[in-house]
Amino acid sequence: MQYQAEVIIELKAGMLDPEGTTVKRALEHLGYEADSVRTAKKYTIVLKAADIHSARENVEEMCQKLIANPIIHNYSVSLREIE
Amino acid sequence: MSIAVVQFGGSNCDLDIIHVLKDVLGVDAELVWYKEENLDRFDGIVIPGGFSYGDYLRAGAIAARTPIMNSVKKQADAGKPVIGICNGFQVLTESGLLAGALTTNNYPKFRCEPTYLRVETTDTPFTSMFRKGEILSIPIAHMEGNYYADEPTLAALEKNDQVVFRYVDKNGNATDEANPNGSRENIAGIVSQRKNVLGMMPHPERASEEVLGSTDGLKVFRSMVEYISDR
Repeated sequence: MQYQAEVIIELKAGMLDPEGTTVKRALEHLGYEADSVRTAKKYTIVLKAADIHSARENVEEMCQKLIANPIIHNYSVSLREIE
Repeated sequence: MSIAVVQFGGSNCDLDIIHVLKDVLGVDAELVWYKEENLDRFDGIVIPGGFSYGDYLRAGAIAARTPIMNSVKKQADAGKPVIGICNGFQVLTESGLLAGALTTNNYPKFRCEPTYLRVETTDTPFTSMFRKGEILSIPIAHMEGNYYADEPTLAALEKNDQVVFRYVDKNGNATDEANPNGSRENIAGIVSQRKNVLGMMPHPERASEEVLGSTDGLKVFRSMVEYISDR
């Protein structure tokens, strides 16, 4: 089966997000109000796996070993089967 | 004695370090392309600054997972001295050879300027020629130099005397104003638990000749060379 995983990588809560802060300031220059702006990165990964559980296991391992840095990041994975 | 300077695609301080080692210190040094698998013939390793792999994913993240880093780990496990400077420090934290992580500067700007550093420990292969508390002038040049580690890790670094350099003002005080990037506890450089692996954001190779305005960085390399000679 083929699956498409969407992986979102975010800085842990409480960690400084200077890019988010800069975007927030720019929004304020434009007259918008935002209490907080946080950035995240999204990766879309297409992979083959026997079933959705092993697809999830694979992607979680990818996150732990490379895509996220567990010291500073949280990540979330959502998966769907594709044709 | 021979020292390896590891070259990744995007390294750009590699030749400066070769120049300091060979021409200033008269030590044998060799550029080693990242595809090299065996580093047994070297007595020490330098991972230079630059933008390996265009800082894709995170600064140092891709380089940290290249096969040569397994060889670097092997040499570090054997007790050989390893220095990672700037991007090299990022590679060492990403590869797990050093604790913590380097994140975006608190003011998100590439900062390239002289900084003052205080020598926190002389009990390492890289700082034996300094005095404890000595104030050095060594420049930085980075966008992701904000050292982060959680509280237990910071406490362990302090307890084991692993913090090597801190950003200070010219009087030696570790103030917020003297901290160029938001690093926790003003940390500019740390060593591994065994102390034979050093990571530092400032560039000692850019402060190794009179013409550059400071020779304070040279003692980092001289200490390393002396350590190798004594081994």
